[in-house]
Amino acid sequence: MNRFDYVRAGTVAEAVQAFGAGARFIAGGTNLIDLMKYDVEKPGRLIDITRLPLDKIEDHGNGLRIGALATNAKVAYDDRVAERYPLLRNAILAGASAQLRNAASTGGNLLQRTRCYYFYDTATACNKREPGSGCPAIGGMNRIHAIFGTSDQCIATHPSDMCIALAALEATVQVSGPQGERSIPFAEFHRLPGDKPEVDTNLAPGEIIVAVDLPESRFPQHYTYLKLRDRLSYAFALVSVAAGLELDGDRVKTARLALGGVAHKPWRNRDAEALLEGKPATRETFEAAADLIVSEAKPQSENGFKIDLARRAIVRGLEQAAAGTPQSLSDKRIQ
Amino acid sequence: MTHTASPQTFSSTGRDTFVGSPLSRIDGPAKVTGLAKYAGEFAAPGLAYGCIVSSAIAKGRIVAIDAAKAEAVPGVLKVITHENRPRTAWRDKNFQDAVAPPGSPFRALYDDLIAFSGQPVALVVAEDFETARHAASLVHVTYAAQEPETDLEAMRGEAYDPPTKREGIKPPPKPWGDADAAFGSAPVRVQEGYSLAIEHHNPMEPHASTVVVEADGTYTVYDKVQGVSNSQQYLAGVFGLKPDQVRVLNPYLGGGFGSGLRPQYQLFLAMLAAQELKRSVRVTLTRDQMWSFTYRPEALQTIALGAERDGRLVALRHDAIHGTSHYEDYQEVVVNWSGVLYRCDNVALTYGLVKVDTPTPGDMRAPGAVSGVFAIETAMDELAYAAGIDPIALRLKNYAESDATAGGKPFGSKELKNCFTQGAERFGWAKRTPEPRSMRDGRELVGWGVATGVWESMMMQSSAIATLTPDGRLTVGNSTGDIGTGTYTILTQIAADTLGLPMDAVTTKLGDTRLPEAPVAGGSWTAASSGTAVMKACRNVGEQVFKLARGLENSPLANVDFDRAVFADGRIGVAGDPGRSVSLVEVLQAAGVDKVEAVEQAGPDKDFNQAFEAYTHSAVFVEVKVDEELGQVRVTRVVSAIAAGKVLNPKTARSQILGGVVMGIGSALEEESMLDHRIGRFMNHNLGEYHVPVNADIYDIDVIFVDEEDKANPLGVKGLGEIGIVGTAAAITNAVFHATGKRVRHLPITVDKLL
Repeated sequence: MNRFDYVRAGTVAEAVQAFGAGARFIAGGTNLIDLMKYDVEKPGRLIDITRLPLDKIEDHGNGLRIGALATNAKVAYDDRVAERYPLLRNAILAGASAQLRNAASTGGNLLQRTRCYYFYDTATACNKREPGSGCPAIGGMNRIHAIFGTSDQCIATHPSDMCIALAALEATVQVSGPQGERSIPFAEFHRLPGDKPEVDTNLAPGEIIVAVDLPESRFPQHYTYLKLRDRLSYAFALVSVAAGLELDGDRVKTARLALGGVAHKPWRNRDAEALLEGKPATRETFEAAADLIVSEAKPQSENGFKIDLARRAIVRGLEQAAAGTPQSLSDKRIQ
Repeated sequence: MTHTASPQTFSSTGRDTFVGSPLSRIDGPAKVTGLAKYAGEFAAPGLAYGCIVSSAIAKGRIVAIDAAKAEAVPGVLKVITHENRPRTAWRDKNFQDAVAPPGSPFRALYDDLIAFSGQPVALVVAEDFETARHAASLVHVTYAAQEPETDLEAMRGEAYDPPTKREGIKPPPKPWGDADAAFGSAPVRVQEGYSLAIEHHNPMEPHASTVVVEADGTYTVYDKVQGVSNSQQYLAGVFGLKPDQVRVLNPYLGGGFGSGLRPQYQLFLAMLAAQELKRSVRVTLTRDQMWSFTYRPEALQTIALGAERDGRLVALRHDAIHGTSHYEDYQEVVVNWSGVLYRCDNVALTYGLVKVDTPTPGDMRAPGAVSGVFAIETAMDELAYAAGIDPIALRLKNYAESDATAGGKPFGSKELKNCFTQGAERFGWAKRTPEPRSMRDGRELVGWGVATGVWESMMMQSSAIATLTPDGRLTVGNSTGDIGTGTYTILTQIAADTLGLPMDAVTTKLGDTRLPEAPVAGGSWTAASSGTAVMKACRNVGEQVFKLARGLENSPLANVDFDRAVFADGRIGVAGDPGRSVSLVEVLQAAGVDKVEAVEQAGPDKDFNQAFEAYTHSAVFVEVKVDEELGQVRVTRVVSAIAAGKVLNPKTARSQILGGVVMGIGSALEEESMLDHRIGRFMNHNLGEYHVPVNADIYDIDVIFVDEEDKANPLGVKGLGEIGIVGTAAAITNAVFHATGKRVRHLPITVDKLL
């Protein structure tokens, strides 16, 4: 862990102004502090943004605006979230632990970095940590790595649960930066590794997340967050499925589907969503969508099982959503 | 550290007032309130902080270490490397601790050779922890790396029989009969390979040492270790100190599981720095450094079982190899268990090692038995299916009434049959339908599996002190550690009962080399060894007090023989004559002594050991529920029926078994240190990616203690720390097979193995 300067920002403008090369904003610190202890992140300056007035959850048009500093726990246990966006609540509660959710912020959750073993270990090469040094995960320990959207530079996954729900809910990220304010559709917030795996998101340097906006609620009944992992709690997803459906009788009217644990960003396939829409909400339909999604998958040396697992999880997730029986968080039996 | 029980009300009615009672552990309040201090928490004036730089390569040489940037950081006191380290002893024997396997023990910062990934290559010592940590990140090491070899599977052909056997570890017995021929002609056969992934102990408390330099030049050392005497002897040997120049303490252990049996390199480095800087130094390992010493080796095993159609075994072959370091031949008992558990006329058991570029593996809770019993007990389940026999019936048909691996010696006690009977009853085994995939609960497949557990019952030479003072207080203790098992509590119970005192009149002291010597706490031998030593010391005190009492004027005990003395309610009475008694306090006060004290030794009973073999046993029953489509396994029910002699404290004993079962669930389903063979490095070296069970993974665990009378020691105890884990993984594997029809022979059973 390196020595660093510490400044506390009183306003968003101050925070943006304090930013410079080697600076990092810090809120809950649940990921950044870990990364600093591992010498993966070595910020010269930490800008404490915890005093900024960004922790509110408010109605916003027909939707909801979640302040960037609202903790994961606050969002998960907000009555409006529970009523109108239970998919988001379930995704948050499927992640981390109560202690971490009490500290972790909404904005920080979007900026979580991968759990790739090599990224965390400075004794090894990693293109994400040290651009150009190589990717030992390719051909190495890659059981937990991506099957979609990988590049020959990086096969890491995005680790968040909350973001998978936000992708399915088609949230919008509000940011403020040196160039002013702008909105980023969730699908465009995170990026694929390509030849710049060191860059996780499309935030410009110095930009700060101020809020996440949720559009009007569409999936308060037919939703699920199904997370499959190596133990029944407190583990990152091998594969997770966030599904939201609007049904018209026994037909699918609208479908939104995002996968976690399988790509460098929450993974959506618009063609699969389109395929579902207008079709009967049956296992056959769901299997067709799942087949379409995994047809693009590319296995690494140790994670081929994820393709099959993803296919099965998509089908089960859509079944749960259609039946209105979302995956329970307390009962670890899969519905 | 000392422990006195909180005041409690008990009526003393006889000898076993407290022994056998489910008392809460007396160190509990200190632990839950944070008063309990661990090795890395003791402070000292002028304490300096050491931070270790770990090797990035697994094999090769250090070409250069550039410490200039680190040394330039204000507050840095010294960067110690192999190039500037102070001299220490150089003979191997000086570095060999009491638990060391044969070989040449690892020495930190000895030379430029790298023998394993994560090897310490520099120690940065600074005025404060933050500075040390920052400076350590600035040390630049240049290596000449060689290709490491860590892939055991690829190196199978290099296995060898260790030329020097490890003390206390029985090599496999010579084969008897002709296992291969009998297997060849057996009508029912099973032959398969089994393995269990490399596991790291990962106690909550990382390894740490605080070396305090006292004003008189002696050292007080707080070390995370399972036995302070071992660290003291190691420091004395390596640094040329006399035992009275170095006192080692460890009042509490935040989990050990075997990782604290041997002094680890942070102890060496802390003492090295303290001597060099002439000031107190603390070194605490980081979590990832906890992957840089000792582990449970992955044992690659093959089992061949041949049986008659009725299930009677006619051939048993169990072969195992596992890795060890290039510098030591670590050995554990992997294959012998097969010969101990089952009667068979044709048996071959073999065991070999392969040199790999890792640190030396080490003992981890039930070392050898966790791997070996997993293999034989899974193979027996396979044989039960091959022969079409109930798995319990198969085990009873081949039940060993004597230990064939020890020339047919009888067991001192073996209530395993009752474990099966009582466990099956509690579990409801009779309702099981044997066909795989025949039981369901909604979407989930249900599987019921069973396995045997076995562990050696050992006793080690131990001493203990007991001191009774005229205020009626008794203090007992020795140098062994309470590694979280409840040793403080049971020793207090034994002492209180032996002298007929209430629990809160007894103070137990442990983990201090100024106390009489006892071995490391491991092998499940502490209750028998230290318990007997404490009992004997207390008896000796009792006899001295009795003699003082008899010598008093108008003594109520006049003309009474000691064998009629009864110690109860703080008094010495006379058996069969309730009218005659005298209080211990009165005796000491009347006799005018300031204390009555005794140090006693206890050790294995040679006559017993010549006549008998001693093991603990268990029958483990497991229910799993498996979502077939998604491969998710839940262990919904475990019944562990244990035969382990007398249970001193059913509450702490049950906790030992619960912990063992939970760790067994980890072995079966989750734990795996992933080696990247290209770089010889464990890659998931943090608790986020190395999975151990969490609360959500644990459902009902029911523990049964089966009555068992044993005479290996006067207490009748056999030890409980390890038996709870043994057999659990096999029972889970067998249950998963029963549920799904899929036989997983290579643990852990992760989702990919069930799709």
